[in-house]
Amino acid sequence: MIKDWIKSGNPWIWLTASAVSVSLILVFGLLLLIATRGLAHFWPKDLLAITYLDRAGETRNFIGEIHGSEIVSAERLRDSGFDINVDNTLYERLLLKIGNRDLGGQDFKWVVRSRIQQQSLPAAVFAAERREWGNFYGYLVAVKQEGEIVAQGEHAVSALEERLGRAQELYEQIRDIEKDEIGAINYGMERLRLKQRKMELDKNDSPENLQSIEQERSEYRQQYDALQNQLIKLYKDIERDAIVAKTADGQEVDLPLAKIVRVYYPNAMSLFGKVLFYLEKILEFVSDEPREANTEGGVFPAIFGTVMMVMIMSVMVTPFGVVAAVYLREYAKQGILTRTIRIAVNNLAGVPSIVYGVFGLGFFVYFLGGNIDQLFFPESAPSPMFGTPGILWSSLTLAILTVPVVIVATEEGLSRIPKAIREGSLALGATKAETLWRTVLPMASPAVMTGLILAIARAAGEVAPLMLVGVVKLAPSLPMDANAPFLHLDRKFMHLGFHIYDVGFQSPNVEAARPLVYATALLLVLVIVVLNLTAIAIRNHLREKYRSLEQ
Amino acid sequence: MNNEMPKRTPTHAIDIEALGRMQSRVDPESAETCLEVKNLSLFYGEKQALFDINMKIPKQKVTAFIGPSGCGKSTLLRCMNRMNDLVDDLKINGELLLDNENIYAKSVDVAELRRRVGMVFQKPNPFPKSVYENVAYGLRLQGINSRRTLDEVVERALKRAALWDEVRDRLHDNALGLSGGQQQRLVIARAVAIEPEVLLLDEPASALDPISTLKIEELIYELKDKYTIVIVTHNMQQAARVSDCTAFLYMGKLIEFGDTNQLFTNPRKKQTEDYITGRYG
Repeated sequence: MIKDWIKSGNPWIWLTASAVSVSLILVFGLLLLIATRGLAHFWPKDLLAITYLDRAGETRNFIGEIHGSEIVSAERLRDSGFDINVDNTLYERLLLKIGNRDLGGQDFKWVVRSRIQQQSLPAAVFAAERREWGNFYGYLVAVKQEGEIVAQGEHAVSALEERLGRAQELYEQIRDIEKDEIGAINYGMERLRLKQRKMELDKNDSPENLQSIEQERSEYRQQYDALQNQLIKLYKDIERDAIVAKTADGQEVDLPLAKIVRVYYPNAMSLFGKVLFYLEKILEFVSDEPREANTEGGVFPAIFGTVMMVMIMSVMVTPFGVVAAVYLREYAKQGILTRTIRIAVNNLAGVPSIVYGVFGLGFFVYFLGGNIDQLFFPESAPSPMFGTPGILWSSLTLAILTVPVVIVATEEGLSRIPKAIREGSLALGATKAETLWRTVLPMASPAVMTGLILAIARAAGEVAPLMLVGVVKLAPSLPMDANAPFLHLDRKFMHLGFHIYDVGFQSPNVEAARPLVYATALLLVLVIVVLNLTAIAIRNHLREKYRSLEQ
Repeated sequence: MNNEMPKRTPTHAIDIEALGRMQSRVDPESAETCLEVKNLSLFYGEKQALFDINMKIPKQKVTAFIGPSGCGKSTLLRCMNRMNDLVDDLKINGELLLDNENIYAKSVDVAELRRRVGMVFQKPNPFPKSVYENVAYGLRLQGINSRRTLDEVVERALKRAALWDEVRDRLHDNALGLSGGQQQRLVIARAVAIEPEVLLLDEPASALDPISTLKIEELIYELKDKYTIVIVTHNMQQAARVSDCTAFLYMGKLIEFGDTNQLFTNPRKKQTEDYITGRYG
């Protein structure tokens, strides 16, 4: 019986099927974990007001949201200074995010559940997201305008809402001026400086030329002064309002509205309100810039950097890999040498990526970039243009890292083109190059795309080499903007993968950043999936178009 | 082989009269020559595939190569437009003269030669492009991109290949959607579009059904008055039906070459007779 069953081949089917299932379960389990941990972060949690007996035996009040809990033994609690009887050996303790870092110094606190004497969810308690010092939790007391109280009690809530809207608008105006307009002026001034320096180096600095530069510069300066005056006025406007808030332990503090991003009352929110808030937070996460050492706000620059780097890499790796594959497969004499080269190319894909990073730093950044600077941009010395890590060098380094994949896939594709097609083209008087260009390469393009898909999948997730050749924690500007020549390949950029590492392990506030690690990881996976799906769609389209003679 | 066998006319194998052929005779020696093969030997590495072939292929006639598998008839055909150049480790001795010029001379531009000597293969091999682009391929290679010229040439070529009526409404559909027989005629149209002098057909109907085969044969008959056609075929009836001259190859040697009627009704060589009466091959 068993023997027959084994002979029938069924065990192998079961074995392979279970292997596939295990892989699928692992993949989806991983995604599920990242998704739940990451996405839950944006949901407005209830604010718990508690009265707590601390380890010194004093009663204290806290407001906070529950971030987690764990079971600990009595010994551990005793060791950390609690006066605890021994018979109950296990205690539950909660991690509370109590915010108010500017007042208490830390925004997370462990509390032992059995020592909470009172707990409630007061509807009046509010949370304020601030531009610095993290969240504030407390009760709204009054709204102030230029130091005078203008609304109190119930009126304060609506007054705050109104004035916060105004402050928000002003803040955006200020940011537009500072980032875009003054940014453009600074960029223009820098170019003028380089132009002047170049004239000096070229011994071209006649008084007329210098004068024209000086004139342009004074124009910029005038614009700048006008903007500066505007800014001073705006800053004065935005600092007009403030709120008075009371913390859990009764302390009253002034919070200027200029520093507040949003205010919400989680305990009083309806489900619909919470959903709306959640969507707003997610939108902020994907479309805004990071705040507070990357632990708050969004990751848009990182998404942008990742996608742009991958695209530049694709643009570079495809022609390079295809040309190499065409030579290896179509033109090179097949022999020991080509076989050795092929093996070497395959092994290149196995070199640890950090090694490519070191190579990229040494060859691209220092050697190539340094020489480009010397030859073409002597005016910017001593500060380097291309002789410093940047998005161009990162893309090139990753292109080298992934070129073996493209070569192998393209060669595979070329070898699969039926001989009959090549002969058909040659018989019509085409040369070998014409045959390749007009018929063989288009037919091999789905294979090239397969290679590119693999290359993208590898490149988008690669972090280690990028740390050496261009990724930074916080880039002041995107590698693409409105200042001519629009594409700034010399700039440093942000990357989702590096962002994960930075937020998770280099952040001053690891507790607060942990959910962001999951959220960013999920986003990175999504970005890679989208990039891959695009490439796959293109490939399927090509495949349909160049369906070959396989009958 | 039984050499004692009495000699007889092998009409029971192919009834040449019943095929309704024209009774005109062609003598390759005296007719105007298009392609001349002179002392051609060919080696794949160490192995010799063709032995000292000599023949004169007459102009604007259909010449058929017959012989058992592996006798070298396709190899000889592929020499005529240097398709064998693609094979590594190949050596050719002797000459092949097209209009009295050796096509194996160093100065010959192979692409140019192939423009003059077109070729159609055993299996239809249209490019994965539209019907129109398939036919226009050779012209585009020559740098002809004018829409008017292309339209004209494509129509003329498709008409000549007796395909126009079937594809006129789907010129811009993918050629791979055509049937096998249509594909083969498309490939012939593609070859005809660049106006070659010689058309080499390598078993053009062996992958097709009988009706498509018939169409191709009719087509060959039509094309004869403009082109010199050389056809390799396994099918002796086909050779008898379409060709004016027939060459019988065996083991890489040219056994007999001459007028088709004569070769099939009254072969000069014993080996030819054995083959066409079906005694081997």
